[in-house]
Amino acid sequence: MSMAIPYTAEARPDTGLTNVKIGIWLFLASEVMLFGGLFASYIILRVGDPNWPHGAEFGLSVPIAFVNTLVLIVSSYTMVMAWTSLLRDKLSRFRLYQGMTVLCGLTFLGIKTFEYNEKFHHGHFPSEHNFLAIYFTLTGLHGLHVLGGALYNAYLLGPGSKMLKTSRQQFINRVECSGLFWHFVDLVWIFLFPVLYLL
Amino acid sequence: MAHQIDVDAWERKFKVVLLVLVVGTVLTVTASYLHLPPGLGIPVALAIAVAKGSFVVLYFMHLIDEKQLIYWLLGLAALFFFFELFIPMFTESSSFGG
Repeated sequence: MSMAIPYTAEARPDTGLTNVKIGIWLFLASEVMLFGGLFASYIILRVGDPNWPHGAEFGLSVPIAFVNTLVLIVSSYTMVMAWTSLLRDKLSRFRLYQGMTVLCGLTFLGIKTFEYNEKFHHGHFPSEHNFLAIYFTLTGLHGLHVLGGALYNAYLLGPGSKMLKTSRQQFINRVECSGLFWHFVDLVWIFLFPVLYLL
Repeated sequence: MAHQIDVDAWERKFKVVLLVLVVGTVLTVTASYLHLPPGLGIPVALAIAVAKGSFVVLYFMHLIDEKQLIYWLLGLAALFFFFELFIPMFTESSSFGG
């Protein structure tokens, strides 16, 4: 008797979707709620403080954040290209794009670590001001998402890719869903960048 | 995207979206250096962010070609998201007024 979970590789007949696709979108919906709550906190703090500071007052660097934004945007592009490479059955091309995605994720985290170190070096801690409290909370949570996504993408690039030999479609679905998560992380940063650094 | 897709066409779209996102980011930063008044600067920056985000969701996350169930799911999430954003603000505004 087969113990395989149904609809992991083929779409369900009633919804036209695989279980994993429904699962990842449900997860992303919960992530919207998580970040939504923090964005609501930011708005309340900002509206309630007539002297809300600009990020530059705490040394937030627009050029550095600009570079980091470009890094994440490029990583989103390489992620979708990794997925289409698998659809084309081009494994070496997949490895190249997937590797670039992981590298971009790590570059983003490296730059963020540099930024954090600079803040701490100048004595800027979350306890200093509500701006810094919400800045570290939002960027810290986002950074954890980048770390998790980069680790899982690295897994799919390395040991996880063995699944290509046994269940090709299931592996492609995994890469697609990992990509959906990665693009969500990019999407969050697209809003964090102007909100924290520019406004 | 659970059905057969035209990979060539999608890869072309992905290149265009990449270009749009880079240009959008440059525009956001440029607008911030113009030192617009807050009443104008905030809506401009958020409008560019919403436009960029829409491209990511529609094309990179290929929502533009997704099944109906996903739209319903995200519609429900969007509804709760707006409740989450605005209910605390209404509470705050009444306490400020009082």
